[in-house]
Amino acid sequence: MLKALNIDPGKCTGCLQCELACSFENEGVFNPSKSRIKVFNFHDQGRFVPYTCTQCDEAWCMHACPVDAIKLNKGTGAKEVDSNLCVGCKVCTIACPFGTVNYNSATGKVIKCDLCGGDPECAKACPTDAITYVDADWTGLDKMRQWAAKTDAGQQATH
Amino acid sequence: MTYVIIGAGPAGVVAAETLAKTDKGAEIVLLGGEADPPYSRMAIPYVLTGIIDHGGTHLRKEAGHYDALGITYRQGIAKGLDVKGRKVLLDGGGEQPYDKLLIATGARPIKPPVPGLDLPGVHHCWTLDDCRAIEKLAHEGAYVVLMGAGFIGCIILEALVERGVKLTVVEALDRMVPRMMDATAGGLIKDWCVQKGIDVKTGTKVTKVESRDVGGEDKLCVDLDTGDQIAAHLVVVAAGVTSNIEFLEGTGIEVEQGIRINEFLETSVPGVYAAGDCAQGPDFGGGFNVHAIQPTSTEHGRIAALNMAGRVTPYQGSLQMNVLDTAGLISTSFGDWEGGPGTEMAEVLDAGHFKYLRLNFKGDVLVGALSLGRTDHMGVLRGLIQNRTHLGPWKGKLMEDPHRIMEAYVAHAYA
Amino acid sequence: MAWARRILRVDLTKGTCTHEPLNMEWAKRYLGQRGLATKYLTEEIDPKVDPLAPENKLIMATGPLTGTCASTAGRYSVITKGALTGAIACSNSGGFFGNEMKNAGLDMIIFEGKAKSPVYLFIDNDDCRLLDASDYWGTSVWDTEEGIKERHGDPQIRVASIGVSGEKGVKFACVVNDMHRAAGRSGVGTVMGSKNLKAVALRGTKGVAVNDMPAFLKAVTDGKKVLAENAVTGQGLPAYGTQVLMNVINETGALPTRNHRDIQFEGASKISAEAMAEPRESDGKPNLVRNAACFGCTIACGRVSTIDRTHYTVADRPQYQIASGGLEYEAAWALGAATGVDDLDALTFANFICNEQGFDPISFGATVGAAMELFEDGVITPKETGGIELNFGSAKALTDLAELCGKGEGFGAEIGLGSKLLCEKYGHPELSMSVKGQEFPAYDSRGIQGMGLTYATSNRGACHLRSYTVASEVLGIPEKTDPLVTDGKAGLVKAFQDATAAVDSAGICVFTTFAWTLEDIAPQIDAACEGDWSVENLLELGERVWNLERRFNLAAGFTGKDDNLPKRLVKDAAKTGPAKGLTNGLDTMLPEYYELRGWSKDGVPTNETVSRLTL
Repeated sequence: MLKALNIDPGKCTGCLQCELACSFENEGVFNPSKSRIKVFNFHDQGRFVPYTCTQCDEAWCMHACPVDAIKLNKGTGAKEVDSNLCVGCKVCTIACPFGTVNYNSATGKVIKCDLCGGDPECAKACPTDAITYVDADWTGLDKMRQWAAKTDAGQQATH
Repeated sequence: MTYVIIGAGPAGVVAAETLAKTDKGAEIVLLGGEADPPYSRMAIPYVLTGIIDHGGTHLRKEAGHYDALGITYRQGIAKGLDVKGRKVLLDGGGEQPYDKLLIATGARPIKPPVPGLDLPGVHHCWTLDDCRAIEKLAHEGAYVVLMGAGFIGCIILEALVERGVKLTVVEALDRMVPRMMDATAGGLIKDWCVQKGIDVKTGTKVTKVESRDVGGEDKLCVDLDTGDQIAAHLVVVAAGVTSNIEFLEGTGIEVEQGIRINEFLETSVPGVYAAGDCAQGPDFGGGFNVHAIQPTSTEHGRIAALNMAGRVTPYQGSLQMNVLDTAGLISTSFGDWEGGPGTEMAEVLDAGHFKYLRLNFKGDVLVGALSLGRTDHMGVLRGLIQNRTHLGPWKGKLMEDPHRIMEAYVAHAYA
Repeated sequence: MAWARRILRVDLTKGTCTHEPLNMEWAKRYLGQRGLATKYLTEEIDPKVDPLAPENKLIMATGPLTGTCASTAGRYSVITKGALTGAIACSNSGGFFGNEMKNAGLDMIIFEGKAKSPVYLFIDNDDCRLLDASDYWGTSVWDTEEGIKERHGDPQIRVASIGVSGEKGVKFACVVNDMHRAAGRSGVGTVMGSKNLKAVALRGTKGVAVNDMPAFLKAVTDGKKVLAENAVTGQGLPAYGTQVLMNVINETGALPTRNHRDIQFEGASKISAEAMAEPRESDGKPNLVRNAACFGCTIACGRVSTIDRTHYTVADRPQYQIASGGLEYEAAWALGAATGVDDLDALTFANFICNEQGFDPISFGATVGAAMELFEDGVITPKETGGIELNFGSAKALTDLAELCGKGEGFGAEIGLGSKLLCEKYGHPELSMSVKGQEFPAYDSRGIQGMGLTYATSNRGACHLRSYTVASEVLGIPEKTDPLVTDGKAGLVKAFQDATAAVDSAGICVFTTFAWTLEDIAPQIDAACEGDWSVENLLELGERVWNLERRFNLAAGFTGKDDNLPKRLVKDAAKTGPAKGLTNGLDTMLPEYYELRGWSKDGVPTNETVSRLTL
């Protein structure tokens, strides 16, 4: 069974260890600004929300890519950017209705969560289990899925 | 069952693949007009900049991809259609019978009625052949005139700048990217280009291109309506595109700007569908429009294929959206960015840093947006618009500070 | 590696910003943050300078671990000559500002001179500019932070700013970052205000690397495990915050109450961690919304609180009906026990105002406590207070004064003098519960003897964070000592002082030391930084920093005579609790301490000590 990142904002303390781990895994240095997972701070409500790609079935980014640079990893379900093929056109960054594909001007390529090949560093780094890597049909993903379905451009009948 | 797809661009290829997966065992014929394997026109500028080679533009990279899916690729240009006989008539005399047909013939660049655009050294930047021609001419230091500073013009502009040419851009309308950017953003993009050493002439028309040999390599002379003349080695014409629909004349298939299709992407003739840049389909605002953009092409291709294969799938409508990198300045536009009656606008401008963000609301729903100088989380603008998210109290916060758009989005995604 | 190897020098008088390389020779001897910035400051200013003169400098400094994935590694400090004390000041803050500063490629920012008109410093990686702050001058920390983010169009900008109190010269003004994390003590915000510097706003995206990554990741992972498995850092602090101490210290008989008249507070349980978790009547929700972490912190002791919407302080003021920084132990004590106020919502409100207008709740609450004593003794009357009935236990007096102090208005401006100047002004200097002008925090040194020596010898004036012997004397960390005796406390204080100075120079939070010893910390620093950072070397570093600070204070005019305690603590015996009948035995501990330190009988480091520490 495929696994997915399950995020429980109620457990998040906003420490950003996930961003540190993600940026280290992908950039080799500690640089939260380059993290593929971002924690949003709703200060006035005392709420922290980690946010990243849900590897949605619709995969707008993958379908919008004009050069086939985003591919499905069948082992993990992740949609992965092949940096050798990416031309940096950024179409995926506007096609993804979740805003989880971003352009990295330093490399001229886009970056997104690839589940670290099946062993996500963010989940390992989270000290409070706000981010866990669980079976993909875990209910915690439902809200994001519903949101995804609403953006659907017409593929409802395929589910 | 034989499915035929005319046009091997993104819409056609996605449709063929979707059909192959959805209706296993059916015969699928993909007709392409060019000698190259199916490729992405969008990627051509990146060949010019050297990021990829010609193969990097190919829509699918694996050898034998189409064969493996049972898709027959056939080179040929459709010159007409026998709707009753269910046949595509091919240039050069052949024909291709079909049970169900998808027209995905795309668009072609407009050649404005300006004398001299057939001269050697004048090119569109549309096909891989165009690309090869430009590669030969656009060397470092070459004098190049780019006609048109629309969306496609600006993408080419980026590539030409990367090649180190001496560039003059001539745009007939009063600003750059007029169909994607408002006056503020268009003005900033022009300022940016000027700072990068590009000569940008907006509100200026090319009246004539002449051949002139006064020694040296610049054998073209571009006349402007200002009376100026520019010597050039290369003239690139990017003055807009038009849908490839002429071959449908007399078939009874309804066309306007493009081929009219319904919510199932079917034309006025049952069994004939259309997708991509040639299709005038339902848009997100409830009207019918040609949205010649990559995401619409692939959505069209997939949804048309599902309907062709009998999986009834209505299309919610295409949303206009673009992202553009003009010599390093990144801009996006989404949906109804122009606004107008019944909409409210929030904007923030930091002209000194080429940053701009504009949001248009109807009630508490985001209906359109423009941005300049931002790259993070831009897709949420699409998400919010297309979900018709009621922003509630966040509407007020965004009117005050539009930059908080991602917070507003996350707040609702987890609401 | 670990260090960004770059500092930014900002000349406010000339309006210039200049990058310069970090002095790596100093970095290898003073590590970073507290130690290294103190080295820079003491090399660059005249110790006798008026803290509020343009010639004083103010340094914001990160440590080498700041911005790495080590737990709690987001710290930065503000180092200057303190406005409240005239002594060396080093105030440490968490939040997210330090990490952002390091990611902008900065170990330190040195501010010198004084701007002609209010400015703020804006940094976007290498782009550094002084910008006009007239829109923000006269506004709160909260409005300034929001306004700057909005102006620059980036909600991810981190801001450290002063409130109106800092502009108006309140002596214990803080520098506040991320809405409610503060470089809190000694008036570092006052110095910032004197320079017409309203805020520092920055965005850094450069990334932070370390020297030996594999060794670092191992050391950091080991360290996090220790924190997670420790009862204090793994359970107590996340669940209750530092407020876990309120009932404990009260039972220990060391909770200074009503300006240290008493040593136990009858209302302690009403303002404790347990009370914060109790659902309230009006809406069934507790004061505490949740715990929150600073950058990289796997402990997450921070409190996020709301005030009861029906409470008089906020009933008609929706801007305060939000979740924001809640009470930490020291603040709860100063605003509560020190003033005799047991109204949790009033305390939370006063704490919000301290954050919003940027002033230290410890010095504020303690000074209000002193003023209440002056009032009850009839020394000051409603005539002086502007009509405020300043009795012990009055929540209304507390919250009114918080708002006035925040704006530097009315009697709030007099509270803003700090207890020392206030009590001197009214002829009762003995009622100021302070050392070197800085008010005591939340531990009565009659009930916890070591804290008397801690306060008396603290280089920045009375402070618990210079040598937290409470850990040993009350909590048994690293081993239990008897809080009621003076034996062995000189050595304990010295050991805590040196270790803490090392921790404060590294970029991590001193709260880790509830679980970590230097044995846990040294491998992390050693892997991150070039050089040999063994436990021994870190202790020597700590001792070096301590003596550097001491020598600055001596040069500034302080003497051994300033290593003292108010009479109340050494003459008036505790009335209740386990310490009943005791005074603080500073006289016994101090000479022993001087000797252990290698200082003369007058408290001056001997030549041998100076040369041993290569000062």
